[in-house]
Amino acid sequence: MAHTITAKTPGVFYRKPSPDAEPYVADGATVAEGDVIGLIEVMKTFREVKADAAGTVATWHVADEDEVSIGQELVELDT
Amino acid sequence: MSPSEGLRTVLVANRGEIALRVVRACRDLGVRSVAVYSDADADAAHVRHADAAVHVGKSSATRSYLNVAALLAAARESGADAVHPGYGFLSENADFAGAVADAGLTWVGPDAAVIARMGDKATARATAEAAGVPVVPGSGVVGSTDEAVVAAQEVGYPVLVKASAGGGGRGIRPAADDDELRRVVDEARREAAAAFGSDAVYVERALQRPKHVEVQVLADRHGGVVHVGERDCSLQRRRQKLVEEAPAPGLEPTLRERMCTAAVDLAREVGYVGAGTVEFLVEDGEFFFIEMNTRIQVEHPVTELVTGVDLVVEQLLVAGGRPLSFSQDDVVVRGSAVEFRVNAEDTDDDFLPTPGEITALELPGGPGVRVDTALAVGDAIPPFYDSMVAKLAVWGPDRATALARARRALAEYRVVGVPTTLRLHRRLVDEPALVDGTHDITTLEGLIG
Repeated sequence: MAHTITAKTPGVFYRKPSPDAEPYVADGATVAEGDVIGLIEVMKTFREVKADAAGTVATWHVADEDEVSIGQELVELDT
Repeated sequence: MSPSEGLRTVLVANRGEIALRVVRACRDLGVRSVAVYSDADADAAHVRHADAAVHVGKSSATRSYLNVAALLAAARESGADAVHPGYGFLSENADFAGAVADAGLTWVGPDAAVIARMGDKATARATAEAAGVPVVPGSGVVGSTDEAVVAAQEVGYPVLVKASAGGGGRGIRPAADDDELRRVVDEARREAAAAFGSDAVYVERALQRPKHVEVQVLADRHGGVVHVGERDCSLQRRRQKLVEEAPAPGLEPTLRERMCTAAVDLAREVGYVGAGTVEFLVEDGEFFFIEMNTRIQVEHPVTELVTGVDLVVEQLLVAGGRPLSFSQDDVVVRGSAVEFRVNAEDTDDDFLPTPGEITALELPGGPGVRVDTALAVGDAIPPFYDSMVAKLAVWGPDRATALARARRALAEYRVVGVPTTLRLHRRLVDEPALVDGTHDITTLEGLIG
């Protein structure tokens, strides 16, 4: 089964907590529901993007620092 | 071109209302303006009203309005001889100011070295002290937790731990005693390193209920330095200003005079050029320097309304090598002005920023009312930039009349499509502490929790 995490707000998507840091989740990593998988910057404020299902990171639909719109698919999990 | 001939083409390296403000000042002076824009701003008002416009990148700020190479290329391509940075973005970035100068262009602001000197809080403090300007009792940069504790005991608790490279109210942590200080110093250093690229922090005494009063200065390249009066910006939430006014209510005249003189002394000491703001905290009849902003300020309209000085025009004139068009004796403060920041934020939901489309808009008008905004019906407020989308500034011959007109203007002002801070302002304008002018920097957070 696959599950897709979508953006709840428009903005700029970040996979890392800061430019020099490691990504929140590596490709192929396993995440639990509620784990932070990225940030979306909205008007200079940062909101955490949390996994709304458990699974394994399969396919990213966006890259680090991509502009995203509301509802846009961010990442697909194998559940 | 010699600088004394003035500027011919100004690249406006910003967006939104301040870019439009600069475009308008250029138009008033007969100077050509060139806007820059990101993908999200292709149809924005600052682009429509400028004489020319250059696309500088994708929507995110780092790829457009913070992209030094793209901005310099835009200046070159458009034949600009000067760059006005507005506020925010790269306006206090000494590297950008230096790169502009190195490209043979005029930077509308002080020299890069001055920006660097005043941009670092610890250096700015030391500079202020050297100029004889009082600073909040505090330490130099503390190298270790133990050093911080010693410093805090010397200045007296409660204290604030501040990032030396910080700004905009970020990188500041309070501590009431040694234990709390030990807990927050390491956090503060880590946060400072992550946010500002430097883990240098210092300790400063925390004042209890001070007012925020700042002095507007203007300086030219011929030794002319004047102040254009002060502003009270005490209504703040999380150190973000929400309401500002000029003159500062209840400020004792001799204290005002001393503060304005101190601001001029500091500007002179650092060889300042252009418009700048020296910020102070005022408590129990004493004033303390906190920082200097080396750019035009969001709240500059209240100063313009009470003095008649066009601060942005003066910026452009002195950048072009002209002397200031007036002297200190010409500055007369008349009446009272108050500004309300209209932010696209949901005040019922922790001031969450709210991008979206403006579906209907009614602007206030009538005597004493000025609205600085770049928004029109049908415009989208993009998620990529600051949430401040408009400023309502209201003038009256006295403070009570200014507030009465503000009440009227706030009642007329209607924005549909996104929640804004207007609703909060309608409440604030009737708050006793604002009405009687006794508000301090803790008042707003006390009111809204």
